Formats: sequence, C-alpha cells, structure tokens
Amino acid sequence: MSSTTARVAAARSRGEGSGPRRRGGGVRALYAGNARSVVVRGLVATRSTNWIVVLTGVVEPVFYLLSLGVGLGGYVTGVTDPAGHPISYAAFIAPALLAVSAMNGAVYDSTWNVFFKMHFGKLYQGMLATSLGPLDIALGEILLALLRGGVYGTIFLVVMTALGLNLSWTAVLALPALLLIAFGFASIGMAITSYLKTFQHMDWIQFVMLPMFLLSATFYPLTVYSEPIQWFIQAMPLWHGVELVRSLTTGAIGPMLLVHVAYYAVMVAIGMVFTTRRLRALFLD
Amino acid sequence: MSAVTSNAGSGSGAQPSAAGRAYPTRDELLATGARPRRLGPLFVAEHQLRTMSKFGVTMIATATGTPLIYLFAFGVGLATLITGNVGPGGANGPVSYIEFVAPALLVTAGTLVATEEFTFGILLGLKWNPVFVGMNAAPISGPQIVTGHFLFAAVRMTITVTIYYLVILLFGAMPSPAGVLLIPIGLLAGFSWTLVAAYAATITEDKGQFAVLQRVVILPLTLFSGTVFPLTQLPVYLQPIGWLSPLWHASELGRQVAYGPTEPLWLTLVHLAYLLALAAVGWMLCQRIVKRRLDK
Amino acid sequence: MSHALSRVNDVSEPVIHAAGLTKVYGDTVAVGGIDFDVPPGESFGLLGPNGAGKSTTMRMVGAVSTRTAGELSILGLDPDQHGPEIRAQLGVVPQQDNLDMELQARENLLVYGRYFGLPRRVIAQRADELLAFAQLEDKAKSKVDDLSGGMKRRLTIARALINDPRILLLDEPTTGLDPQARHILWDRLFRLKEQGTTLVLTTHYMDEAEQLCDRLVVVDKGRIMAEGSPSALIREHSTREVLEVRFGSDRNADAAKRIGAIAGLGERIEELPDRVLVYADNGEHALAAVIESGLEPVTSLVRRSSLEDVFLRLTGRSLIE
Repeated sequence: MSSTTARVAAARSRGEGSGPRRRGGGVRALYAGNARSVVVRGLVATRSTNWIVVLTGVVEPVFYLLSLGVGLGGYVTGVTDPAGHPISYAAFIAPALLAVSAMNGAVYDSTWNVFFKMHFGKLYQGMLATSLGPLDIALGEILLALLRGGVYGTIFLVVMTALGLNLSWTAVLALPALLLIAFGFASIGMAITSYLKTFQHMDWIQFVMLPMFLLSATFYPLTVYSEPIQWFIQAMPLWHGVELVRSLTTGAIGPMLLVHVAYYAVMVAIGMVFTTRRLRALFLD
Repeated sequence: MSAVTSNAGSGSGAQPSAAGRAYPTRDELLATGARPRRLGPLFVAEHQLRTMSKFGVTMIATATGTPLIYLFAFGVGLATLITGNVGPGGANGPVSYIEFVAPALLVTAGTLVATEEFTFGILLGLKWNPVFVGMNAAPISGPQIVTGHFLFAAVRMTITVTIYYLVILLFGAMPSPAGVLLIPIGLLAGFSWTLVAAYAATITEDKGQFAVLQRVVILPLTLFSGTVFPLTQLPVYLQPIGWLSPLWHASELGRQVAYGPTEPLWLTLVHLAYLLALAAVGWMLCQRIVKRRLDK
Repeated sequence: MSHALSRVNDVSEPVIHAAGLTKVYGDTVAVGGIDFDVPPGESFGLLGPNGAGKSTTMRMVGAVSTRTAGELSILGLDPDQHGPEIRAQLGVVPQQDNLDMELQARENLLVYGRYFGLPRRVIAQRADELLAFAQLEDKAKSKVDDLSGGMKRRLTIARALINDPRILLLDEPTTGLDPQARHILWDRLFRLKEQGTTLVLTTHYMDEAEQLCDRLVVVDKGRIMAEGSPSALIREHSTREVLEVRFGSDRNADAAKRIGAIAGLGERIEELPDRVLVYADNGEHALAAVIESGLEPVTSLVRRSSLEDVFLRLTGRSLIE
C-alpha cells in the first residue's frame, strides 16, 4: 500500500459533506444501547451492493494456504507446534494465516472504513441525527467487522479440516479466538483512527502492520531470532494471536493460552476506553 | 495591464481583428500544436510527479522499509528452515535461499507499484480527481495521457526497484554485477501489467472491482509464480498458473542476471518476449480505451 | 512568423462555423443537425433546459468529442484533424470543475500551462496575473479542496485563460453558485468580452443570457428553436409585459378559461400549474380587465417579458423544471 490509496480515498470522499455535526448532551448521548441497528444497516448494504467482494474475500487465505502450505511446505522442515511436537509446514502456517486475516480485516474495518465515514461520509451524520450515539456506531462497526471475520474464519477452518491441517478437536475453539483477536485489533484500530486527521496518516498504519505480519512467528518459529528480538516480537499483539490460534488448531494446550487471552482482553479494554474518551471529545465538545 | 491581453504568445504577430484581438494565421495555428503533439506525455508525467512530491516522504519510507523487512523475513528468517534445493546455481556456483528469493522480491515490488498506479491511479485521473479530463480539454490527447501516466509510473517504479536493488546489495545477496539489470527487469515486470490499466479504464462505476481483481487475478498470479519457492514445487495442475504469470517470467529473468544462467537461452528469450508483448498489448489497448472514453 | 502569407481568418470570417452538426449516441440523438456561426469577439449563448444538447455541442466545439455528421470548423480548422491545434487556442470551463484537488491554486495554473507547451517563465508570470484577475491572489497557496464553490469556478476560468485563448467556452459557468458569487463571475466575464475574447456559453438561466450574450440560440431536444439577440428574441416571440395571476392550485385551470373568454385581453394566455400568465403590451390594463370580470386573484404581478417567456412560447415548456 502507498500514498495512492490514501489519495484515492481522499478524492472519493470529496463533496460528501463536512463530517458529523456536533451535538450537545450528557454522557448518555454517546451510547443509546442500539448498536444493533448499525449492524443491520451494514448487513443490508453488504447484501445489496458488494456481496461479490465479500465472497471473493474467502478465496484470499485459501490461495495463500495452497501456495505457502503446499508449495513452500515441500521445502521447509523442522517446524513444531507451540508445545514442541514436529508438525507439517502447512499445519504450522495455516493458523498464522487465520490470525493474520483476522487482524487485517479488523484493522481495515476499524481504520479506513471508519475514518472515511467519520470524516466524510454522510452516514454517521445521518445516524447521529437519530437517537444513536457515536458509541453505538463504534460498537456497531466493530460487531459488523467481527461478523464478517467470523464468516471468513469459519470457511477457512472448514478448508483446513478438509486438508487435514486441524490436528486436534480444540480447533473448534479457534473461532472464538479469532473473534477475540479481531475485537482487540478493531478496538485499538478505532481508538487510533479517532486521533487521525488526514488520509495520509493511514499509510503509517500499513507501515506498522507489514513487519508485524512478516515477523510475528507467522512464517517461521521465533527461535530463528536472537533473544532481544524475540522479546520484542513477543510484545507485539499479532504474535499472541498467532500463538493462540496455533495452539488451538494443533492441540498444544498450555497455560500460555491464558496469557494470550489476557493480552487481548487488555487490548480491547484500552481501545474501548480511548475510543469512548475520544468520541466524547469529538462529538460532545 | 490585464493578464489576458499580455504577451499573446504565438498569435502576437497577427493583425488585430475587428474586436481588437489578434487572430493567428493558419500556419501559426498549426505551429501551436507542435509542442504538445511531440511532448504531451512529458507534460502529463510532470504534473503527476508534482503531485507525487507531496507524498514523497511516505513513498521513500515505504520504498526503503519494505525491502528491508521482506529480505529480513525471507532471506534471513525463513532461510534458516529451508532444506530443499532452490534450483540450479549458475556461473557463480550454488545458490543460497536469499540469493534465490531476492530477484523475485524485487520484481514483485515493481509489480506492486505498477498494479497500484494501473488501477487506482488510472481511475483517480479519470473519475475521482479527473485531471485527465482537464488535460484532454488542453491539447493533450487520450493516448498521450496514458503514455504520460505510464511514464510517471515508470519513475515511481524505478525509484522503488533501485532502492530494492541497493538493499539487496546491503544484504550481500547479489552474486553477479550483471544483477544491476534487475532495475530494468523490475520495470518491465511492472509494465507487464498494463492490461490491468486497460481494464481499469473501462470502469465507470466503482463496485469493488479492484478488490475482486486483486483477489481473483493478481493474487493467484503472484502466489503461484515461483517467487519464494521454485514453480516445480507446486502440484502439476497449479504450475500452468505460473507459466501465465508475468511474475514467474520476470523472476526467472531476474535470476538469470543475478546468478544465472540456470536455463537455456531460448527460455530466457521467451520470458523477455512474453513480458514485452504483454506490456505492448496492454499499453495499446489502454490508449484506445482511454481515447474512446474521453471522446464522448 | 509567416503571418503575411496565408491569412484564412479574415475579420469577417466566423471563428466557429457549424452546419448540420450532429451527435448520436447509440439510438439517442443528442444534437440533431444544428447550424450556427460565431464571428470573432462575439459573446454567443446556447440557451436551453438540461438535456437539450448544449454540453454535447460544447464538447464538439471544444474538439474533445467527435461529431457524427455535419460540418464544424474552429478558426478555420477541422477538429477531426487538428484537435490539439484547436484546443491550443481555446479556454475551456467545463460544467463540473476538474481542477487538481491535490495541488494548490497556483500550482493548478502552472501544470495546466505546461499542457500547451508554454515555457515555465511565461506560465509563472501569467499565473500571477490571472490569480489577480480572478481575485484569488491571497489563495495562491491554498489547496483547491479548501476553496469555496465560487472561488473554484474563478480558478477554473483563470486556468482556462493560461494559454491566452482566442475563444473561451463556458459550460453553465454559474450553475450552483450563490447570487453574490454569480455577480463577481459575470463581472470577470464581461471584462474578457470587452477585451475582445470570443465567448461561447451555455446556460439555463435567463438573466445570465441577457447579461452576457450578444446573440443566442434557443436549443431544445438537440435542435435550434430560435436565434437572435436577447431583446430581439423577446420582441419577436413575446409581448412587452406579462401579467402573472395566481388563484390557488385548484382554481387556476378554471380561471384561465374565464380569462380567455374576456374579449381583447392580451395576445396569449399560458396556464401553468401554479399560476396563469397573460401576455399583453400593457399588464396593468390586463389586470384591471381581469378584476373587472369578477375574478379575484390571490396574488398578481406585472413584469417585463423575459427569455423564459420566449422559451415557453417556443417549446410549451418551462426552462427550469
């Protein structure tokens, strides 16, 4: 990704109104307990306009799995599950791809999508003119992203099972794990987005995500790094996501799972606190 | 003195008409078209480069950061797990994994810049920020606009692949000095996607076609193209995707100059011819489509 | 320069000549064979409702749209052969601004001047003069995105003048602008006209046509319905004054019938959904006659005839629907 995408988004956003107008009111004005209506609108919009785009989103991780799992897999030896048992490269990489796609989807939905609607689209303006508050919208967008991520994740897990890459029954738990990962990234992503002012800032999000995608024990185990780098990677959110999903699909259950889950719980909490605080500042003065 | 009567340019020699304005002779009229007819694409590229310079910091940061991370991830990280043979070495002896993968990563980077400019870049100029329409109202023709935009894309690609090449040198992953030819090969790899530009120019209503194109066409052509592992590693039924993919041809071509030759000369020439043919066909098609689209 | 040799553009020759000019898209005839000539220095208008074929005509004259049939020459050149040469002499203000939103105001002029192959030094000097002309000096470094609608329009006009064009084409120059912005724009265009630039403009605003055009053609459904100066058109196709009377939505039709029955009242009566128009040389007399007949209009207005009335007369339809 580069500046062109940001320029396109900026160009398309023109003439779409000058952003949501401010409204007064108490804290209650932020949230009306009706995020569901935002989700419903999103689903209707998806069904009527871009279902083919959503549909093709399914094939993306499958292509990755075929290429890297099958092609590269014939090539690579010596990978293990988080508990140290040798596994095939395809079984090693598939859960990582799952976690990465959960991250990508959540980040896209909570940054580009939300930034566009927040600053330019007439959508939020219209919604805020009703009884909905900004937090309804924020939660609604996140839920929508989770729903989409959940559908992709389920299909991908079915493909993995068909290819014999789910090594344990615990793979079923990978689905809720994916939703947690997506929730974590979406909530942080939305918090960051609420601070951004121009589309050009979006490029820097890509800039952080690329190294995380390539280096977080996705394509090879952490052990290839020296110790300081290992510590650094282990502090990054994607590594926890990859390890969490990989433990579940390979059946390498251990106490570390709790650490991963806790990491994401904290992410969700921090993201929501900042998002709420920021939305209040933006919309309620 | 008002702007509009100052320095009438080419018409300054003519006599004033009844209304007090100078009207040029036929010869003078014909002369005013000469420079735009000859240099039109350069003027278009000049405009685009001026816009790009506003995003220069992001562009350079991305162009530098990306090869560092990819070469580290594949060439250093993944390489520790690679036990298989990465294919024949050339004149310089056996080939390491990073040497094998570096040329492919470079041509992939050229491809990424190209597909971005050939999709979003084209529709930006035709629709979202329709500067192409404005150029066409001036003496620049549709085909010149396409060539100018491609020229600009070439500058962007050159910057990207040159930085990539330098980073490869930094990693010590370039056995042959002839590897410098990866820069024009990276450019050719990018231009082999001009058909994408032709398709983009046909889009009038944006319904997520680019996302579909990216996932259904560009992604498989990228993943099944013998970039990070030899094509022969794939099951036989997937290999034809690689034969079609410009990336496979460009990667193999790149490997010939980086550490080759690893294949018969005729095959190298096939790579070259295939890429050139794709670039030429897409370029001509895109010119025709844009010309027709602007003439409405 | 060899200006002493072949001078095709004698002062009396039109700078634009169209005969049987036609444009067909598939089954749709956008322009159905129109004829007009524009002499140098004239301000010429195409007046008509949306979809009348004005913009298509403008694009053909602007040498960006190939004609389907007919004759067209601009400055003696055929756009099919000499598109770039013709466009080098034109300034074009399209219906929708296509300024580069990513550049600053002055940069827009700089890049545009390059398309004509002009040297950078000349462009830089003209850009400053034109920003002054467009009253945008203090906006030179503003991004186009941040300009108001009227400012963008003036910048587009400044851009269209960067090549010192012989002919300026303006497609609905003031549509969507507020009254104040329109008046500033008209003033700028009037200056250009005074300096001898040939103006060709389309509009669906009567006041604009009356303000700016020496001569105009009324276009409807791709054909020319009438031609002349604004005052001549009004003289020829309407009365001096018009009486507008309103009776309330339900009663207008009935009232129109009864007014029609009054002997010797006006030349013509038009019944519109919301009012009745009585065409008469003396509107006050007509109003007196209406009231005398026992009708009681809710409101009444006597005004001078305008091009709107001409259009209504010629097509039976209002110009702005």
